[in-house]
Amino acid sequence: MIATSVRFELNAFWGFIERQKNLYRRYWAWEAVWLLYNLVSVLSIGYLASGLSSLGFEQSQANLQRAQLYLLVGALLWTYLSMVFFEVAFAITWERWEGTIEYTFMAPIRRLTHLLGMCAAALIYGIARAAIIGLSLILLFRLDLSHANYGAALAIFVASTVPLLGLGIFTSVLPLLSPEKGDQMAFAVQGVLLLISGVYYPIKVLPLPLHLVGVLSPLTYTLSAVRDALINGRSLGSSLPSIGILLLMGAVLVPASIWCFSRAEVRAKRLGLLKRSG
Amino acid sequence: MAIQASEVNIRAVEVLDLSKRFGRTGRSRFPWRKGKSAKQALDRVSLRVDRAGITGILGANGSGKSTLIRILATLLTPDAGTATVFGYDAVTEAAAVRRHINRVSVEASFFKEMSPWENMLYAARLYGGGGEGTRARVEATLERLGLPLDTLDRPMKQLSRGQQQKVAIARSFLTSPSLLLMDEPTTGLDPRSKREVQELVTSIRRDRAATVLLCTHDLQEAEILCDRVIVIDRGRVLAEGTPAELIRHHAGVEGGTLEDAFMQLTGKRLLEDEEEKDE
Repeated sequence: MIATSVRFELNAFWGFIERQKNLYRRYWAWEAVWLLYNLVSVLSIGYLASGLSSLGFEQSQANLQRAQLYLLVGALLWTYLSMVFFEVAFAITWERWEGTIEYTFMAPIRRLTHLLGMCAAALIYGIARAAIIGLSLILLFRLDLSHANYGAALAIFVASTVPLLGLGIFTSVLPLLSPEKGDQMAFAVQGVLLLISGVYYPIKVLPLPLHLVGVLSPLTYTLSAVRDALINGRSLGSSLPSIGILLLMGAVLVPASIWCFSRAEVRAKRLGLLKRSG
Repeated sequence: MAIQASEVNIRAVEVLDLSKRFGRTGRSRFPWRKGKSAKQALDRVSLRVDRAGITGILGANGSGKSTLIRILATLLTPDAGTATVFGYDAVTEAAAVRRHINRVSVEASFFKEMSPWENMLYAARLYGGGGEGTRARVEATLERLGLPLDTLDRPMKQLSRGQQQKVAIARSFLTSPSLLLMDEPTTGLDPRSKREVQELVTSIRRDRAATVLLCTHDLQEAEILCDRVIVIDRGRVLAEGTPAELIRHHAGVEGGTLEDAFMQLTGKRLLEDEEEKDE
C-alpha cells in the first residue's frame, strides 16, 4: 500500500518535471531571449570590472582580476539563484496565467509532490542555464581560478539550494494570498534579496538595518562561501560552518514554507481564490 | 479510479444544507478600502445524485451552479453544510474525493503552447498513469471523439474551441473518473461542436461509464441529455425531477416545455439572467 502510494507520488513528481521540460521546449523563443538577457547582464558586470582601470581607478592587474572574479562569481550565482527562485515563486502565477490552476489543485496528489516537482524542474533548468553562462564567461574572460577549490564550491552550492527552495515556496504563497498583487510582490522580494545578500559587494558596506537583514538571507552565506572557495581556495573543512548554516536555514525554511503554503491553500479555498482570474 | 465494493451502495453525491457566501458584509477592516458587497452563492442547498446517469444542474448565470461544482471538486470550502462524493467528505476527505472525480469546465484548462498529447500525458501522470500504452489509449480516445490524430502534437492554441473541449473531455476519460463534473461544457461552442460534445455526453450515459453532474443554462441541452434535472436559482434548489416531471408539475400550460417550467419556478427567463455577473 505504501509502496503503491510512493510510486503514485513519484509518477506525479516526474509529471511536473516532464511538463516543465515540455513548456521550456514549447516556449523556446522566450527561453532563448531570457538566456541572452542573463548572459548579457553577467557579461556587462564582467566588462565593468575590466573597464575599471580605464576609468581611472588605478589598481594592480592582480587586484583588477580579483575584483572581476568577485563580481562575476556574484553575477553568475545570482543568475542561477534568482532564476530558481523565480521559477519556484511563480509556480502558482504561471498556472493562473495558463488557466490550469484548478486542474492541478484538483489532482489526487500531495501538495508536497507538486511543490517538490516544481522545485526539481527549476533546479535542473537553473543549473543548465547557469552552466551555459559559466562556460561563456570562461571563454570570454581570463579568469584566474588557479586557487579554486571546486569540491568545496560545489558542496556549498548544493547546500544552498535547500534554503533557496524554502524561500521560493514562501514567495509562491503570495499569488495564493493575492491573485492581483502576488506576483508583483514576488518581484519585490527578489529585488530585496539582491540588495541585502551581497551579490556585488560584501554586506558590511550596507547600513546597519540592511546589514542585519542580510545576515538572515541564505544567499549571503552562499555567495560569501562560494567566493571564498573559488577565489581564495577555501577548503571543504573550513566551509563546513557555512554549509551547516545553509542546511539549518533550509531545515527551517522548507517545512515552514510548505506549512505556510498549505495554510494559504486553505484560505484560498475559503475565499474562492483558486480560479484562473482569482 | 474504480469504485470499491464498500462504495457500491453509496450515493454518488450527497449535499446537505450547503451554504457559501462570497465577500464580506459590514465595513472593511481598513478604512481606505471599500467593503465588498456580499453574495450568497449557495443558500442551504440539499440534493442527492444517484450513481450512473446524467444529472443536470439547471440555472442561470450567478445561480450557484459553478460554486456547487467547485465545492464538489474540492476547490472551494463551504461556509456551512456538508458535501460528500461516494461517501467521502469534500472538505475533510478531499484526497479520497479527488481520486474519484474529474472536471470539464466551461473554458478548457490547458497549457496552450503544449500539445494535446503533452497536456494529456501531464494529466495521466497526476492520476497515476502515463506509462507504456498511454499514447495508444489517448489516440483511441481522440479517434472515438472524432478528432483527427494530426491534432495530437500541435499546440493547443491552434485547435478550435470545439476541438479543445473534446480534448478536455478525452482528458477526463483518460483518468476514468467515477464522477464527472461538467460545468457548462458546451457554452460558447458553435452548433456543430456543441452537437458533437452533447453526443459524447450521451455516450457516457449509454456506456454507464461514470456518473455525470452537468451544469448548464441551456434548457434544450438539459432536456435532451439529463436523466434528472435540479433547478437552482439564487443559491437555492427550487425543484428536481426528470425533465418530464418538471414540465408536468411546473410548466403550468398544456404541452409546456422545460423553459415554461423554469419560468414558472424562477419567475424569469434564463436569457435575462445571462446578463448577470458570473459567480
